[in-house]
Amino acid sequence: MTNKEYESYYVPSQSHWPIVGAIALFMIALGAAHYVTDLSKEQNGYGGYLLLAGIALVIYMLAGWFSDVINESLAGKYSHQMDNSFHQGMSWFIFSEVMFFAAFFGALLYLRVFSVPWLGGAGNNAETGAVLWPDFVAHWPLLTTPDGTTTSAMGWYGLPLINTVILITSSVTAHFAHDALIKNNRKPLKVWLGLTIVLGIIFMSLQILEYSHGYSEEMRLFLTSGVYGNSFYLLTGFHGMHVTLGCIMLIVMWFRILKGHFTPNNHFAFKAASWYWHFVDVVWVMLFVFVYIL
Amino acid sequence: MTTDVIKETSHDDHQNDHHGDHKMTGIKRWLYTTNHKDIGTLYLWFSFIMLLTGGALAMVIRAELFQPGLQIVEPDFFNQLTTVHGLIMVFGAIMPAFTGFANWMLPMMVGAPDMALPRMNNWSFWILPFAFGILLSSFFMESGAPNFGWTFYAPLSTTYSNGSTAFFVFAVHIMGISSIMGAINIVVTIMNMRAPGMTYMKMPLFVWTFFITAYLLIAVMPVLAGVVTMVLTDTYFGTSFFNAAGGGDPVMFQHIFWFFGHPEVYIMILPAFGIVSTIIPAFSRKKLFGYSSMVYATSSIALLSFIVWAHHMFTTGMPLFGELFFMYCTMLIAVPTGVKVFNWVATMWRGSLSFETPMLFSIAFVILFTIGGFSGLMLAMTPVDFQYHDTYFVVAHFHYVLVTGSLFSLYAGAYYWLPKWTGNMYNDALSKWHFWCSLISVNLLFFPMHFLGLAGMPRRIPDYALQFADFNKWVSIGGFAFGLSQLIFLAVVIKCIRGGEKAPAKPWDGAAGLEWTVASPAPYHTFSTPPPQSDIDNADQHSH
Ligand SMILES: [Cu+2]
Repeated sequence: MTNKEYESYYVPSQSHWPIVGAIALFMIALGAAHYVTDLSKEQNGYGGYLLLAGIALVIYMLAGWFSDVINESLAGKYSHQMDNSFHQGMSWFIFSEVMFFAAFFGALLYLRVFSVPWLGGAGNNAETGAVLWPDFVAHWPLLTTPDGTTTSAMGWYGLPLINTVILITSSVTAHFAHDALIKNNRKPLKVWLGLTIVLGIIFMSLQILEYSHGYSEEMRLFLTSGVYGNSFYLLTGFHGMHVTLGCIMLIVMWFRILKGHFTPNNHFAFKAASWYWHFVDVVWVMLFVFVYIL
Repeated sequence: MTTDVIKETSHDDHQNDHHGDHKMTGIKRWLYTTNHKDIGTLYLWFSFIMLLTGGALAMVIRAELFQPGLQIVEPDFFNQLTTVHGLIMVFGAIMPAFTGFANWMLPMMVGAPDMALPRMNNWSFWILPFAFGILLSSFFMESGAPNFGWTFYAPLSTTYSNGSTAFFVFAVHIMGISSIMGAINIVVTIMNMRAPGMTYMKMPLFVWTFFITAYLLIAVMPVLAGVVTMVLTDTYFGTSFFNAAGGGDPVMFQHIFWFFGHPEVYIMILPAFGIVSTIIPAFSRKKLFGYSSMVYATSSIALLSFIVWAHHMFTTGMPLFGELFFMYCTMLIAVPTGVKVFNWVATMWRGSLSFETPMLFSIAFVILFTIGGFSGLMLAMTPVDFQYHDTYFVVAHFHYVLVTGSLFSLYAGAYYWLPKWTGNMYNDALSKWHFWCSLISVNLLFFPMHFLGLAGMPRRIPDYALQFADFNKWVSIGGFAFGLSQLIFLAVVIKCIRGGEKAPAKPWDGAAGLEWTVASPAPYHTFSTPPPQSDIDNADQHSH
């Protein structure tokens, strides 16, 4: 009854990793909720510890789950179809990430185009402006909020510009690494990938430097500095988290390459990591335009 | 074909390796499973438990509203009840129930051995009980449960939060992770796992509707994650996204929330269309009328759902252009929806109808969902919405589409496939009792709400003016009766699992679809080898 045209489909064995993952997410959610609640009441609790334990458990779970998958893949159990499923799954995951950032970009757009001008009396809001905050002048970046908090704007030249160059370069080097892998040139692969990782780390370091400038006494650009500071830190912050995650993925790939993993036509994990890297790069370009320049 | 042969062909190296087909026993089977049927069963039971939980909260709400004045609960606790009732029914009952159907049926309908990513599938499910554990546990905390409505409008959820916001936000975050992973799995299964020869336009309409729904989920669940994150930072970390003093706008909350929220309501109704489009042809003994137009109608409903969100916000003081744009776009949705209702009726037209319980629920769906659709059309009209906004008219509208729409389709589907799931026929008499009791009580429950709303009774208020007393009494009686009627369903299901008349592979003579080509109950593994082309062609819903 074997149908040879239909590749035999691999049903993965039962696994305890998903339930470990669910427990880990539970610990993170419950821990974070308690931590944040306690913080707002200025009291101490176990929330923070639960959160950290949850994060540790997630890392343990991912390591275990992926190593199972890697072993199964190395054992040649995965069919072409399974590989396709992984590819499609990853691309839809990245699409969902795009939509996550879209929510924040949408908020930024709304703040700039509607909310701040309306507070300044635009449209049919002259009365509102006059009654609520008569002294408020609408302007973007919003350096003086209606309730009088002041801050200063982060320029686009200097660190952000350098970071843009760095991240775009790293996207190119990631592409060269992928090319080298397809042509089975292992040495250039290691070099290009290594370079990508180094660029990623430099980017993150410069981001931290930029944040410390923002929080300095001269700039006084805080997370709480009205909607300009809010959107600046939330957008760049979530982007930074994604860069960190992408960087970790690339580092894992580098070690796997040292161990001799991946072949020119079977390297899904590498492809996924590099797709992810290109994705964080594109998000940065959007950020650079909409948060810094405009 | 025996099960052994199937195992041999799919797992060539199964002598030295343990694969998913070696069913573990006891609790481990359910915790570690990678089998789509097990996971489907878990989803279905979980959602039914959540339905009863959310229903119990609704019973308290109706008990309080039985008479004017405050009798049973405090106003603040009343707010917690309505909030958690909504959250549980939307995210805990209806959505997971559909995911349960997807898990059970999609692989069988496309001729695949399992979902594309079986381990992630298991992870998606097991997140849910924990997420709802967090949400429900907040009832027992100092702060109390969320009391800001399931729509958690700022500033109710931010500045004026009772302290439950963090629990709410993180519970929603992990629910969202679960939904996104579930949706990715559905999309990949449909794109990648169809048996050779099953082209997109040969897929059952059921598969199409879940396909489109999963896209909607991947597109909007991350937006929900974004907006709850902003609520979290506004509440606890001093940001001002929804606070005008810092340059933000509470109305912006509503825009982002409803950008998620409107597609979300289609996430809860498109799969219902799929189920009903499967059942009506089966008991009309005809092919589905206008298969391709159904596919295009579903897709256009999904696309339109992204540009109508602000019809929930007509009274917030949007610019006139916005009011008109969102009104016309919303009314446009009536066109593809009308196509669907027309096609269902045309499928029944001159069919050789019989009225088994799945068909009864489906016919009730068509009629009552259409009532909900019409009241939606009324709400879509900006000028008159100023009268209905935030009244019981809105409550009547969305309960007609969600209860007599989504929930009725779920019952229809459950009765239709119970023989396939359990291998036994359900008790027919009892199931008809379930149907008629539900049908009568649900209309007693929700129909008078239209008039209460038109007369101006506001929603989410524990007390009301005396002139609303009579109608509220009847509504409450309908509510209690409807709640009790659902216990009949529980009895039917348990009886059916325990035994009953043995079901043949295809208990419904008019049914089409690959799931009826395998035995009842469906073997643990199905379609380890693809079904023959002739079976796929027979299952084709096109009318020729
Ligand atoms: Cu809507």
